[in-house]
Amino acid sequence: MTIVFQLLDLVAIALFILGLHFLNAPSTARLGNRLAAIGMFIALVVVLVQTMGVGWWAIAIGIVLGGAIGVFAAIRVKMTAMPQMVALYNGAGGGAAALIGVVEYVVFLRSGGAALDPIVSVSLVVSMIIGSISFAGSIIAFLKLQELMTGRPITYPGHQVVNAIVALSVVALAVWFVASAGALPVWGFFLLLAAALALGVLFVMPIGGADMPVVISLLNSFTGLAVAVAGFEIDSELLIICGALVGASGTILTVDMSKAMNRSLTNVLFGAFGSAGGSEPAAAAGGAPQNVRSVSADDVAVMLAYASKVMIVPGYGMAVAQAQHSVKALADQLEKRGVKVFYAIHPVAGRMPGHMNVLLAEANVPYDELLDLDEANAEFPTTDVALVIGANDVTNPAARSVKSSPIYGMPILDVDKAKNVIVLKRSMRSGFAGIDNPLYELPNTAMLFGDAKASVDALTAAVKAL
Amino acid sequence: MTDVNHLLTLLTIFVLAIFVGFEVISKVPTMLHTPLMSATNAIHGIVVAGAIVATVSLFNSGGNDAGMTIVAIAAVTLGAINVFGGFSVTERMLEMFRGKGGR
Repeated sequence: MTIVFQLLDLVAIALFILGLHFLNAPSTARLGNRLAAIGMFIALVVVLVQTMGVGWWAIAIGIVLGGAIGVFAAIRVKMTAMPQMVALYNGAGGGAAALIGVVEYVVFLRSGGAALDPIVSVSLVVSMIIGSISFAGSIIAFLKLQELMTGRPITYPGHQVVNAIVALSVVALAVWFVASAGALPVWGFFLLLAAALALGVLFVMPIGGADMPVVISLLNSFTGLAVAVAGFEIDSELLIICGALVGASGTILTVDMSKAMNRSLTNVLFGAFGSAGGSEPAAAAGGAPQNVRSVSADDVAVMLAYASKVMIVPGYGMAVAQAQHSVKALADQLEKRGVKVFYAIHPVAGRMPGHMNVLLAEANVPYDELLDLDEANAEFPTTDVALVIGANDVTNPAARSVKSSPIYGMPILDVDKAKNVIVLKRSMRSGFAGIDNPLYELPNTAMLFGDAKASVDALTAAVKAL
Repeated sequence: MTDVNHLLTLLTIFVLAIFVGFEVISKVPTMLHTPLMSATNAIHGIVVAGAIVATVSLFNSGGNDAGMTIVAIAAVTLGAINVFGGFSVTERMLEMFRGKGGR
């Protein structure tokens, strides 16, 4: 019978890998997710059948309760809130890994306290620590993104010293646990758990809200690692492989995101970026008023209606104004007149990579109209009108030319190469990085001031009236 | 599980799985990174299998401690949230992705 179970686990693992493989194209992605879900179903049935017997009711309560909460949240969540939803699910996984450590420790105590096998003691304590950091850190990330707590970095004098002390105590207690083969006093074990949870909180607190997606992705890879290590603890290849897959994926995404924001991972994690006292207020208030040209919605409507190719450049501002459905309506009007409409999506548009694609998909924009950075940059020189909606830093040409600029070297959308650039903006406030955008002063650029959604609706009405 | 050979086998599996992960994931375009993140998230929900195993060994270890039973149930619950929530939300996102011909 064991052989059958092992073969079924192998099928599940193959389905996970195939599922991830099919996630590489939008046309097969749904199939990929379903294959992975089938793999999960098989794996769970196998473990349930194998362990059936004592304690089944406790397991049943957990699965029904967790399944209901998970599905309910998945149905209710707004697409704009996706980053914090991912953070919560991730925290749940990390929390489960941490609690497994606690349960296994109590089982060991009840067994009469013979020395723990070194492999078990190391993996128990490591997966509990990483799981706790991931759990506590994800909850702070959720609170920041949900704006239940300030998105600004929370720092105080010497916070890095405090973090270092907590981190060192975690390491010291873990070494004690392993060296004593699990025979340290019970308070020592629970102090370790508390210190690891505290470390998760302290680690995420000083990181700004805009950097949270990088943190979520990093914590995702942490949870993967915790799961893999838990696999060593309970001797399960399934957990080891799944954990390793997720750990690798989280690492890739973390590195990609830091690159797209032109920052090193160390700078994201320890730089407290966007904190008060940086260049932000000085650049915004002290800079000379920019010399910009303002236009009316009617003028822009004429320009759009008689263009042959229009590129829409959406940014986080569009998502905040919930303007994606209005943008789609405008695109429909233009397409009706024979204008070709595309969308240029920067890797960090929205609140995490690919988030803008999800938001536009929700508004029924077909994915073949969405161009990534390289595709879009190839199109700008032949674009008649680039319509920038709520995007700022990712269109800043200073990233290409001004060596002293903090965003120098960041990959940007070459919006300025289009024949005409229309920027929809609420006011002349600078973007997240607090830098003036010379794009706005170029002769081929004009500004349409106002709320993004209201402006787009006005454009749609004006195009319709032509 | 003191067998060194067994540990080496597990380590081999672990390292190879990391390489497979890097290969497969690096081919996913940015456009799909949000659903990718929630799908991988659901996959590490396999931790619920570990929670089930731990719960069973808790019950087999004798002793009848309501507090610990709640901890075990919480572990299974958190893992189940991760699995069911992760796959559902990924499905919800992906069903919105449509090509031009697909409508």
